[in-house]
Amino acid sequence: MLHRLRFIPGRLVQSIPVAIGVTIIVFFMARLLPGNPALALLGQHATKASVAALSKQLGLDQPLWQQYLIFLGRLFQGNLGTSITYQMPVTQELAQAIPVTLSLLGLALLLSLVISIPLAALAAFRPGGARDLGVRGFTLLGQGMPQFWLGIMLILLLAVGVRAFPVGGYGETAGDHFYYLFLPALTLGITMCPTIIRSLRSSMINVLESEYVGTAKSKGSYGAALFRGHVLRNAAIPTVSVIGVNLGFLVGGSLVIEKVFALPGLGSMMINAIFTRDFPTIQGVTLFVAFFVVVVGILTDVVYTILDPRVDLSSKERA
Amino acid sequence: MTTPTAALVAYKQKRRLTRSRSIKPWYRNGSLMAGIIIVGLLVLVAVLAPVLAPYNPITQNLEDAIQSPSPAHWLGTDQFGRDVLSRLIWGAQVDLRVGFLAVFIPFVIGSTLGAIAGYFGGWLDTILMRIVDTFFAFPFYVMVIVLVFVFGSGESSIYIAIATVSWVSYARIVRGEVLIAKKQDYVVAARLGGMSHARILVRHIGPNVLSQAIIYAMSDIVMDIMAIVTLGYLGLGIAPPTAEWGSMINDGQQFITTQWQLATIPGLVVVVTSLGLSWLGDGLSDLLSPERRK
Repeated sequence: MLHRLRFIPGRLVQSIPVAIGVTIIVFFMARLLPGNPALALLGQHATKASVAALSKQLGLDQPLWQQYLIFLGRLFQGNLGTSITYQMPVTQELAQAIPVTLSLLGLALLLSLVISIPLAALAAFRPGGARDLGVRGFTLLGQGMPQFWLGIMLILLLAVGVRAFPVGGYGETAGDHFYYLFLPALTLGITMCPTIIRSLRSSMINVLESEYVGTAKSKGSYGAALFRGHVLRNAAIPTVSVIGVNLGFLVGGSLVIEKVFALPGLGSMMINAIFTRDFPTIQGVTLFVAFFVVVVGILTDVVYTILDPRVDLSSKERA
Repeated sequence: MTTPTAALVAYKQKRRLTRSRSIKPWYRNGSLMAGIIIVGLLVLVAVLAPVLAPYNPITQNLEDAIQSPSPAHWLGTDQFGRDVLSRLIWGAQVDLRVGFLAVFIPFVIGSTLGAIAGYFGGWLDTILMRIVDTFFAFPFYVMVIVLVFVFGSGESSIYIAIATVSWVSYARIVRGEVLIAKKQDYVVAARLGGMSHARILVRHIGPNVLSQAIIYAMSDIVMDIMAIVTLGYLGLGIAPPTAEWGSMINDGQQFITTQWQLATIPGLVVVVTSLGLSWLGDGLSDLLSPERRK
């Protein structure tokens, strides 16, 4: 088992250029803003003296590459600057918002799987049949819906029409949180379904045509037992990497969904920061999200290797 | 919802899995025809907006604010008394224009860089692909929202933002295709015949790999329309008085309990638009790469 995880150090090294690239892009975003970056960091109401002081502190009088090194140095110290609006460290703001977004993502992924697995199975058992067409229609529709609009429609149906769920907010206790997160997570989960269903369906079709499923059938396995024991586990493997690749998309979507449901997560934090022109906060969220995507990429490879004994990422074929 | 990665994965799977069908003439291709009809109608509506729209989409008429659908206003009016149907029709102009135009820059830049990286390989390829990986680390919406903020609001910064984010998908697709194509006999033959690299890339490899980029571009248009609608919803898109589907949904959300059609109908129009474009893309992919169907 462990020897197959040998690829991890190499994979980490591989992601270093990407991580550096991320910091470069985020660094230059501040330079693209019109006017003095120190002014952008301090906000419009900054005094001349404080702008001059920060300019010196940021080393804006030094060459660009030195400025970048200073930025990187501050980053390594865990210093993401101070939020203009709330006058507190961006890291502290992030610490409050991250749990909300992560729980939203986790619940969304769970709901998405709960919806996708049966639908994919329904479609895969008779490709081209009526059920397959129905599922295909669902994926087409799911793809065509703007996420935030789906959220509003679910509010209309389940919060305004039936009054089963709150319209928005996050609640006070952990139980509340789950209750308030359900509708946004369902929204996000549904928008994730088309991708998962398509991947699961095609790998299930492949598995169902395989010889080992034929053998299992001839030995008398059928229905749910066959599905659980032989089909799902094998079909799940490629889907894991599809989910990993798309988690970035899920993060992006959660930002918009949080705005719809007024959840105090990273998305609301970022969009509010956009409207108050709170650049340090925008920078902090962007950096965190990008690093999160990079880390998830590595974790996906690990899970993939654990699930499928045939995969050996430390071999050469990957390079 | 489509994203670069989702679309990429979908596209790869589609390539692998399209089932065999007999070669049909283009007009017998169901999804292509459905796509052409839907998209054609939408474009027609957008172009004929000045003729078709019964009212001015921007002039406010506060006496008629928030009306339910009636013979005078088929889809009712919004909070400023503007006719919703007219705003939908004019909105088609904005949303379709941005969707179609936003695809061109990333298509050209991404395909060119991808082709160069794939053809020449080596350190150039390594560097370019690391840059592509870096851009892929930023989720589509995060990057687009931040860039629209950085470049300032307005249509042109939306184009720049979308171009900055989505060229990477084209680069990946075209690079992959070029990697396969450059080993083919016709390229080797052209090289032996003394043709220059530039000529081989443009005249011989180009036409053979571009069809995949064009097929991807169709799903990219859907994504761009989603982006502009989402930006409009967040209040970061086209400036307010202009009719735009996303900001119409945003305006309608506050009246969700009384006038639910205000938020619902613009969204349905977006759904129909993306369905039409998806079918058009499916049809085109059947047409452009029949040999891929195994």
